[in-house]
Amino acid sequence: MLNINEILETVTMIQDDYLDIRTITMGISLIDCADSDPVRSCTKVYDKITKKAQHLVETGQKLETKYGIPVINKRIAVTPIAMLAGASGGDPVGYAHALQRAADAVGVNFIGGYSALVQKGFSAGDKALIRSLPRALSETDNICASVNVGSTKAGINMDAVALMGRIIKETAQQTADRQSIGCAKLVVFCNAPEDNPFMAGAFHGVGEPDCVINVGVSGPGVVRSALSKAPKDLPIDQLADIIKKTAFKITRMGQLIGSEAARMLGVPFGILDLSLAPTPAVGDSVAYILEEMGLERCGGPGTTAALALLNDAVKKGGVMVSSRVGGLSGAFIPVTEDAGMMEAARLGALTLEKLEAMTAVCSVGLDMIAIPGDTSAEVISGLIADEMAIGMVNHKTTAVRVIPAVGLKVGDEVAFGGLLGGGPVMPISTFSPAALVQRGGHIPAPLQSLKN
Amino acid sequence: MTRAVVTVVGRDHVGIMARVAEGCAQANANIIDISQTVMNDIFTMVMLVNIQALNCDFDQFVADMKALGDKMNLKIHVMHEDIFSSMHRV
Repeated sequence: MLNINEILETVTMIQDDYLDIRTITMGISLIDCADSDPVRSCTKVYDKITKKAQHLVETGQKLETKYGIPVINKRIAVTPIAMLAGASGGDPVGYAHALQRAADAVGVNFIGGYSALVQKGFSAGDKALIRSLPRALSETDNICASVNVGSTKAGINMDAVALMGRIIKETAQQTADRQSIGCAKLVVFCNAPEDNPFMAGAFHGVGEPDCVINVGVSGPGVVRSALSKAPKDLPIDQLADIIKKTAFKITRMGQLIGSEAARMLGVPFGILDLSLAPTPAVGDSVAYILEEMGLERCGGPGTTAALALLNDAVKKGGVMVSSRVGGLSGAFIPVTEDAGMMEAARLGALTLEKLEAMTAVCSVGLDMIAIPGDTSAEVISGLIADEMAIGMVNHKTTAVRVIPAVGLKVGDEVAFGGLLGGGPVMPISTFSPAALVQRGGHIPAPLQSLKN
Repeated sequence: MTRAVVTVVGRDHVGIMARVAEGCAQANANIIDISQTVMNDIFTMVMLVNIQALNCDFDQFVADMKALGDKMNLKIHVMHEDIFSSMHRV
């Protein structure tokens, strides 16, 4: 029999500390929708998504009521559209519109997978898709795009890096009337995972089954709350133990909901992503966890060490729960989506350079950072190249999602609202890497042996 | 689905137990176990109820109990038992 303290602990986690299931993401393969005629191909895409995901949103809502835990997002990830565009030719934006219609029909808030994987080079469809990104992201509201430009095995495609700097600028320009929000739906990756349920980087990898359910759990608020009850002089290894235990409990919840969702939908359960994903709600912040550990402000000296411990302890706690752990699994540090990060950035405690260092020890990368609208494409490409290099050398996923907010300068604020949040435009070094970026070519993959 | 946990938290006053039990009875939810405490005037009660023979949808029961809580200035949550056992029992 459960005791009253355990029951109240669970209820408090959900009611006061923002514990939730962040996303149930259905991965759908669109390989069988490829067709030599783009219009027919788009029709097949729409039909397959609306058939497979017709009960997705309703299932999420049913689970929410049954277990009393909020299921915040119901989403879909699809096969990288560049592959379909390669098969059919034609304007890839047609696919973006087909995906948008499907998203509207089934009621999900995002479909991810308007993507291309070009770490080693461009194949048919890749360049066309990348060039279409500014239009696709400005003409749709709920479609997320990603481009994988590097990997530990393949190195970094610097032609793609140069191109993406320009594409991000153009996307900002085309959505200038909405604070350049198009860029918030576009991620540049190194070592992109093929089973990630989180947006904007979700897509359905080619090695995945036809249809699968992936679940992302969250709970920065729960971890912060658990740490706040610990004495201020508790040794740091014991803090790690508290985080592990909390992560274990959070992940058990995700495992229950994920397996139930998969059963109800009659689809295999893919992976559980053990991530600490913040929201703009005060109290649901990764920065506050780091501050709870003993930092005056997130971004000050000691931040990277605290984040490294947090990221590792979350994985150690969660991995025992499920043999199906995957995706990004770690702590996210999206600036505009985290109340504590926003505050630290406003105070100047958190800088872009510090964020770059933090990405070496946590999940993902430079995420949701507003930079001045007049930042050059080459500087953005330089930033991407640096971040990709960190991922490539450290065998981990890294990503760049920056928003060069048109018309705004350092100190101005962006406000996207909802989960995307808002925050200050952060300063970025303007010393130009143009000559490096314009060289193009390919950074060779790092050595995989001779590790002594 | 067989059992659910009803949690009731709020300032102590006369009739909480009676009205929450009445809410369960109306939905034909059989009370199996009750654990209750009052600390610093804050009333906390946890009830385990059998929901096998509910006379309404579980969703409706959850909503009705929440509404009852709102009326009595209490927080009442009804959640399936599995969420607690999955979190606290390996």
